[in-house]
Amino acid sequence: MDSEWVIDAQGLEKSYGSGASRFDALKGVSVQIAPGETVAIVGKSGSGKSTLMHLLALLDQPDQGTLQVAGKDAKSLSKRAVNELRNKEFGFVFQQFFLTPNVSVLDNVILPLKIAGMGGKERRRRGMEVLEQLELADKAGNKATTLSGGQKQRVVIGRALVNAPRVIFADEPTGNLDTATGAVVEDILFDLNRSQGITLVIVTHDEELAARCDRQIYIRDGLVVSHATSTHTGAHTLTTAGGAA
Amino acid sequence: MRTKDLVATAISNTFRSKLRTTLTVLAIFVGAFTLTLTNAVGAGVSQYVDAQVGALGSPDVFIITQASDATAAGDGPVKYDAASSASVSSQQGPPGTTTKALTDADLATIGDTAGIVSVDPIRSVQPDYIEYDSGTPYEFSINATSAVTTADLTAGAQLDGGATETQLMLPDTFVAPLGFASAEDAVGASVSIGITDILGERHVVDATVVGVSLESLLAAGAGANDALIAELADAQSGGIDTAVTSYGVAVAHFDTALSADAVTALKGDLATAGYSASTIEDQLGAVQTVINGIVGVLNAFAVIALIAAAFGIINTLLMSVQERTREIGLMKAMGMSGGKVYTLFSLEAIVIGFLGSAIGAGVAIGLGSALSAVLSQGLLSGLPGLNILLFEPLSVAFVIGLVMLIAFLSGTLPAQRAAKQNPIESLRYE
Repeated sequence: MDSEWVIDAQGLEKSYGSGASRFDALKGVSVQIAPGETVAIVGKSGSGKSTLMHLLALLDQPDQGTLQVAGKDAKSLSKRAVNELRNKEFGFVFQQFFLTPNVSVLDNVILPLKIAGMGGKERRRRGMEVLEQLELADKAGNKATTLSGGQKQRVVIGRALVNAPRVIFADEPTGNLDTATGAVVEDILFDLNRSQGITLVIVTHDEELAARCDRQIYIRDGLVVSHATSTHTGAHTLTTAGGAA
Repeated sequence: MRTKDLVATAISNTFRSKLRTTLTVLAIFVGAFTLTLTNAVGAGVSQYVDAQVGALGSPDVFIITQASDATAAGDGPVKYDAASSASVSSQQGPPGTTTKALTDADLATIGDTAGIVSVDPIRSVQPDYIEYDSGTPYEFSINATSAVTTADLTAGAQLDGGATETQLMLPDTFVAPLGFASAEDAVGASVSIGITDILGERHVVDATVVGVSLESLLAAGAGANDALIAELADAQSGGIDTAVTSYGVAVAHFDTALSADAVTALKGDLATAGYSASTIEDQLGAVQTVINGIVGVLNAFAVIALIAAAFGIINTLLMSVQERTREIGLMKAMGMSGGKVYTLFSLEAIVIGFLGSAIGAGVAIGLGSALSAVLSQGLLSGLPGLNILLFEPLSVAFVIGLVMLIAFLSGTLPAQRAAKQNPIESLRYE
């Protein structure tokens, strides 16, 4: 049953600091995400939604709780295996672009492949493929700093996409963009989900964006307060009710 | 990440902040430049001294004297003993001392010592002049040990010790005054050497010039083979048998196959028999030590400059890590291991070190070679054969390697900092 979920988290707890300054970011959160699903993690800033995404993306380790990614227990994985998993299976889109300045668009896009140790020719081919898909092929040789905001975010999506990941984690992907360009970026992401079956996990406080996802998980003060399933899909039903473990 | 990609990324990262990299490279440049030059001076002077040592004698030669009596100041005068007290004043001993003479019996004893191939007394001769083709005669002297030396040739061949023909090795300063067109022209010519015997009568001995040599600092005078020395000595003695044959110094050849330890043991054997034996190396050890000392001090200054530059590297890379926090976080989030991040920053340090040292060494070689050429024509023209700056590929490579090592060590701290960065902390923007 477990391998049916691409991500299966049970009772995640995470706190920062100790003593009086101790802050419990997550107080027992369970989340299950199926392959091909689009899930929005919604909450105000400080609600713990970013911490949850970091744990799900294996960027951080929970204090308590279990986390299974593609049927494998995250705890049992070596550091190296975790790195490889992030490199091969996950793509990241952040609110800020984090593009390397003074480096070409293509070089920015193929960074994950470079880290994976792929050969130069294959890297280039895959990079150009992705740029063509995002209609940025003509900008491949340009420096990343010369692009507009929307183009930059498309480069970031290209970078997240280039390793053909199973899951793309997007943290406020449109937070830095105006409404029109934000909508274009959203369209690209949901299109990828439909055409390539890539699972989307979107962290946002934007209700409109959240509404476009199959499912919304609302987080407040480190707890899941409610689950909602959008009407346009009935594929996946709500599985867990939030609450302290 | 592949090693090739790591190196390429490190190189391109180095040039991202051009001004900062340039300044750091300049600091290393100064150190590497100085170190290359001081090494070259050391090598140049050492090579010159080695050539001089060669001029003074072959490596398989002992200079043997009677061991001097260890007469402590308080012991008073030593009683005369007819058997052992024959002393000769000799130019060969240290200045201001008298060396006890070696007799034929001593020579026989030395010759019989295991490991000694042959032993020859040094007979010093004092010729008055040299002249060619009845031209102007010039004062000149013969180096008594020249029969066993290897001359720094400019033309012709080395002396043949075994030849019956009288052979002369002419210092190159005599070539033009004697009327030869060139050093090659002098080779094969017959010259006349004038010598006054002990009775005041003048003799002329003819000799063939077999070679022309550069003047040497440590062994002045012309060279003569055994036949010429014997003939001159006979002329000098005026036909009178001086009855007691005694020599200040003898030259003994030892077996060239002996190891350094065996040579030391042989010296010990001779010391027990009452002789002091020293190789040319022993005699020049002091000179070498002084030169090495001076070069060592110069090198120390250069290394101090490099240590200062190392702090520059640390500073540069720390700033770089600070500036690229986000980038490092992103790469780690994308699955780059801490070890690879560490390698990347270490490589950047090494690239900076390589740039500084390669440019420093290159400029030092260019400038130094020009300087060396100018000096050997001007200030140092009195020391023919001295190449004050000698750039040995191995020592230049060593300097570059050393600087890269220092750079790597300097990069350790910033690289560690980069490797330890937490991707979440690095990517936080709220």
